[in-house]
Amino acid sequence: MSIREIPAERITEAVKDLFMDCNYYIGDDILGALKAARENEDSQLAKDVLTQIIDNDAIAAKERIPMCQDTGMAVLFVEYGDRVTVGGDGFRAAVEEGVRRAYTEGYLRKSVVDDPVFDRVNTKDNTPPVIHTEIVPGDAIRITAGGKGFGSENMSSVKMLTPSAGVEGVKKFVLDAVAYAGPNPCPPIVVGVGIGGTFEKAAELAKKATFRPIASRHADERYAALEEELLSQINKMNIGPAGLGGKTTALGVNIETYPTHIAGMPVAVNICCHACRHKSVTI
Amino acid sequence: MKKINFPITDEQLASLRCGDRVLASGYLYTARDAAHKRMYDLLQQGKELPIDVKGQTIYYVGAAPAKPGYVIGPCGPTSSYRMDKYAPSLLDLGLKVMVGKGARNDEVIASMVRNKAVYLIAVGGAAALIANSIKKVDLVCYEDLGTEAIYRYEVEDMPLIVAIDPEGNNIYVR
Repeated sequence: MSIREIPAERITEAVKDLFMDCNYYIGDDILGALKAARENEDSQLAKDVLTQIIDNDAIAAKERIPMCQDTGMAVLFVEYGDRVTVGGDGFRAAVEEGVRRAYTEGYLRKSVVDDPVFDRVNTKDNTPPVIHTEIVPGDAIRITAGGKGFGSENMSSVKMLTPSAGVEGVKKFVLDAVAYAGPNPCPPIVVGVGIGGTFEKAAELAKKATFRPIASRHADERYAALEEELLSQINKMNIGPAGLGGKTTALGVNIETYPTHIAGMPVAVNICCHACRHKSVTI
Repeated sequence: MKKINFPITDEQLASLRCGDRVLASGYLYTARDAAHKRMYDLLQQGKELPIDVKGQTIYYVGAAPAKPGYVIGPCGPTSSYRMDKYAPSLLDLGLKVMVGKGARNDEVIASMVRNKAVYLIAVGGAAALIANSIKKVDLVCYEDLGTEAIYRYEVEDMPLIVAIDPEGNNIYVR
């Protein structure tokens, strides 16, 4: 079985482009949903807030500047083919260099501190990123990358529900999390829900769910229906654009699932602001 | 839409009502988590602040870097609740206007009413658009904090909404 070697520079440049592009260009799915939401709103204030967001995203794309000053902590989901090796100093170093270049050359904000509790000194190049790696068969690397802002990240949570809580328990936890977040995570939001696995797996799934296109649905029709139902319930909460009231609190709800233990039903909710930024590339 | 100036006059302040939409011009100071913590620690030690906040405006923001040819990078509001621990001390020193996004706690609102102050919001995530209303940027202090340093912005027609007025009426309570 042959091993494919990918030059480190190729990974670095790809990662740089992903982070610059995702911060300048909002996805078509989000932009389309924002425009549809503006049509759907009754309140003039809600319409005006959505217009500001849509205009803002157009300015960002036209001028190649970030749509939001919080250009996020760099998060990557990597499907790493088991017949690939990366040259130079290897994959992790190549990714870190890509993040460094994107945030310095691309005029993105450096928002990472070196130590969470005591020092809190800015690393000045937005490294290190958070990398979730899955080993898959093949000779390619697929990277999905996004800058995650913390206004919405701070409104996220994990709960270890037990099996008797059932689907009603899941619904209540998700709706409570969105209600608690209120105006803080820059609504309209995208809600990522991770169900199953272990404590940390549920959280990872929830983040992964926010990186999925908002119009995509879970392959299992029962979860697909739950996504639709939760979206409908959330949009009845009257939190609305910027939290000022209205029919658009969320643009989408995405659920990701994984098998779990006989005793458990972990659920995580990861909230993303309307600047839900992610891009993918296969190398 | 109402036009207001920073620093705000007592008359303008008294005229603001929850839900009003305003265009603000003049100058303001920026400070977010790290700068607030430093100022709060100074006050706890009985020391003077590096800026006189009396009558002034503080905008909760950490801008992105400016591209060449730009005055400033995108600079939308950050979540205000993280400054709730520190805000009452500054309001007691005469701070009149806070600009951010999202809800405030009861302690901040009580302090606002007591000190006759107002809380304005900008649309979170409209950072590239908001940057167009910033005309000049000067570093004031805490340069080592980078984006979290205290800056002085000159603003022109910055689009804001009155979220909590000096009587304590709150746009988020419906």
